[in-house]
Amino acid sequence: MTATTGPKTGPDAGPLLAVRDLTMTFPGRRGRRRAAVRAVDGVSFDLAPGETLGLVGESGCGKSTTGRMIVRLLEPTAGSVVYAGRDISRLSQRALKPLRRELQMVFQDPHSSLNPHQTVARIVADPLLVQGVPAAEARERAAGLMELVGLVPEHLDRFPHAFSGGQAQRIGIARALATGPRLIVADEPVSALDVSVQAQIVGLLDRLRRELGLACLFIAHDLAVVKRVCDRVAVMYLGRIVEIGDKDRVYAAPAHPYTRALLSAVPLPDPAAERARERIVLAGDPPSPAAPPPGCTFHPRCPKAQDVCRREAPLLRVPVPGERREVACHFPETG
Amino acid sequence: MAAEPPLLTVTGLTVTFPTPRGDVRAVDSLGFTVHRGRTLGIVGESGSGKSVTSLAVMGLHTGARVTGSVVLDGRELTGLPERDLNRLRGRRMAMIFQDPLSSLHPSYTVGEQIAEHHRVHFGSRRAAARRRAVEMLGEVGIPEPARRAGEYPHQFSGGMRQRVMIAMALACEPDLLIADEPTTALDVTVQAQILELLARLQQERGLAVVLITHDLGVVARVAHDVLVMYGGRAAEQAPVDALFTVPAHPYTRGLLDSLPRLDDPDDAPLRAIPGSPPSLLAPTPGCAFAPRCPRAAAAPAAERARCEDTGPALTASQGHLVACHLPLHTDAPAPGGPR
Repeated sequence: MTATTGPKTGPDAGPLLAVRDLTMTFPGRRGRRRAAVRAVDGVSFDLAPGETLGLVGESGCGKSTTGRMIVRLLEPTAGSVVYAGRDISRLSQRALKPLRRELQMVFQDPHSSLNPHQTVARIVADPLLVQGVPAAEARERAAGLMELVGLVPEHLDRFPHAFSGGQAQRIGIARALATGPRLIVADEPVSALDVSVQAQIVGLLDRLRRELGLACLFIAHDLAVVKRVCDRVAVMYLGRIVEIGDKDRVYAAPAHPYTRALLSAVPLPDPAAERARERIVLAGDPPSPAAPPPGCTFHPRCPKAQDVCRREAPLLRVPVPGERREVACHFPETG
Repeated sequence: MAAEPPLLTVTGLTVTFPTPRGDVRAVDSLGFTVHRGRTLGIVGESGSGKSVTSLAVMGLHTGARVTGSVVLDGRELTGLPERDLNRLRGRRMAMIFQDPLSSLHPSYTVGEQIAEHHRVHFGSRRAAARRRAVEMLGEVGIPEPARRAGEYPHQFSGGMRQRVMIAMALACEPDLLIADEPTTALDVTVQAQILELLARLQQERGLAVVLITHDLGVVARVAHDVLVMYGGRAAEQAPVDALFTVPAHPYTRGLLDSLPRLDDPDDAPLRAIPGSPPSLLAPTPGCAFAPRCPRAAAAPAAERARCEDTGPALTASQGHLVACHLPLHTDAPAPGGPR
C-alpha cells in the first residue's frame, strides 16, 4: 500500500519523507483485560521537498502521534519513516542527533513549550549550541532569527512570560528554524492562539515555508486553517488515513463520507450561508481506539454503510482514475 | 416579539477584581438585553470579559466587585442575598460550561445529580425526581436513558457529558440558559450535534440563550443577535446578519477579515490584525482597540489622539450599537439603513 499520488515535481524528484505502514500501539486496559490501544494503524504517505501536507482529524485520531513518530519523539511500533532516503524509525538517539538539525517541530502551546527560566536568546540558540555552534555565533544567529519571525532582536534577553501568546509562538518557530531544517512538523501551531492572532502566525508560517523552501507536516483540527496553508491534505479517522490528496480535490469534492461530514460540520462565519447549507450531522461519537469496530472503522457512524463495510476494512485507492487523491472507502463519492 | 419586555436586561454592568497590582476592571459598563426564544451570542478573545460577564449575571462572582443592574423577568438580581440567588440559579436561570467533566461530580451517577437538582428546587420525591432525570436524558438524545442514568460521568464521552450538562441545566425548566463556550472542547462533528440540540430545545421551550464563544462560525450558525466584546467593553452589537455583512466597528471587520474560510475559493492571504489583545492590567484611557486599529492609524493626528485618549461611547448607527470614534458606517451612503 502506498500513498504516492502521481508523478513528483521539484528538483530531486524523490520524496523528502516517505512514511510506510507507520503503526503505534500503546499498552492499555479494557476493564480488567489488557488491550493494546492502536493509536496509529498503518499510515503511509510521501512528502516532497518544499511541500506542505495537512494532517487533519478529530481528537484521538492519531494525528499528533504520527507527527511525533516522524520527528522520533516516539519510536514507532511498526513501519518505517524514510527521511532523505534513510530509514530513521529505528535509529538510536545518538545516530539521530545530526539529523535533528533537519527535522524540527513547532508545538501547540507556545508558553508550555518554552523554558520559563531561560532567556529567549538561550531558547532560540539552544538547538545551535547542541549542534556545536560557538556561543557568540549562536547568539548572533538568534538575533537574525528573531527578525525573520517578526520580533525585535532587542528582546533577546527577555524571558518567555514577557511575551504574548502570538509572540511566544514566533519564538517557538524561530527555535525550530535555528538549525536550518528541511522539514518542520507543526502540531496545532495556531489552535491555542486568539482568533485575531492566528492569522498572523498562519501568514508567518506560509511566508517562511515559501522563502526557505521548507517541507511541512501541518497537523491541525481546524479545516479552514489547513486549507490556507497546505498543498495536500490527509484526513485521519481512528488511526488511519481515510482520504489523502491534492487540497483542491479533497475540499471541493470530498470522496470519503467522513471527510464530507467533517467539512459540513465546520461552521461558516456567514449567517446566510449557514442557513442555506445542507449539513450532514453524524450520529454518535468517534469510537475508542482501544476497541475499534470491525471492518471500516467509520461504519457505525456512516450514512452509507453496507454489509461489506462491517466485514472488510477498505484500502486506500484512487476513486477517479488519473486523480491525485486516494480514498479508503467501499463506496466513495465520485460525483 | 418586540412588544414583550426582554427576559434579561443588563445595564451598566461593571466587574472589578482587586489584585495586588491594583484593580482590574474585567467588564466595564456593559449593557444588553435578551428576549425569550432568542439567542444572544457574546463574542470576544481571551481577556475580553465575555466569561466574566456570564458569571456576573449568574451572581457567581466571589471576590469581585459587581456594580450595575441585572434584571431577570422584572426582578433585580444584583444585591440579592445569596439565599434568594440560590433559589433562582438552576431554577429560572441555568448555566453550562466548556468542560462538563469539571462541572459534574465524579462519584455520583448522572441520574442522581440531575434528580438532586430537581428535588432541591421542587421538593419532589426521590422516585419522581429520578423519573424526571431519565426523561431529561432521553430528551437530550442520550440512548438508553434509563440505563445511562445509573452511570458515572467518566463513563460518558465528551459530547455525551455535555448532553448530560444540558439535561441538568434544563431539568427545572429555566427561562434563561447561559452557555459559556459549550462546544469548544468538543470535536467538530460532535459540536454540530450539540449546536443542533441546543437550537431544538430552545425552539421547543422558548428559552432565552446567552451563548459565549470565540468562534464566529458558531455565532453565525445559532445566534440571533451578537455582542462583540473587546478589552472588557462592548465594541459592537447588532442582529447577526447585519453584524456579518456590514460591521460598523473596525475590530469586528478585522476579526472577519482575519478568519480563514472554508468556502473561500481562492485562499488569498489572510488579513491579520497586528498586535495582541490588550492586557487588563494596563488599560489605556482611550479606545482599547486603538493601538491595533487600522482606521485610527490612518486618521489625522487630532482624530487619532481622540481614539487614544477618550473611550468612545456606545452609539446607535443603522441598527447597530457601536463604540467607535471612526466607525465604518459613516462611509456607507444609505441614510435609511444598511442596504
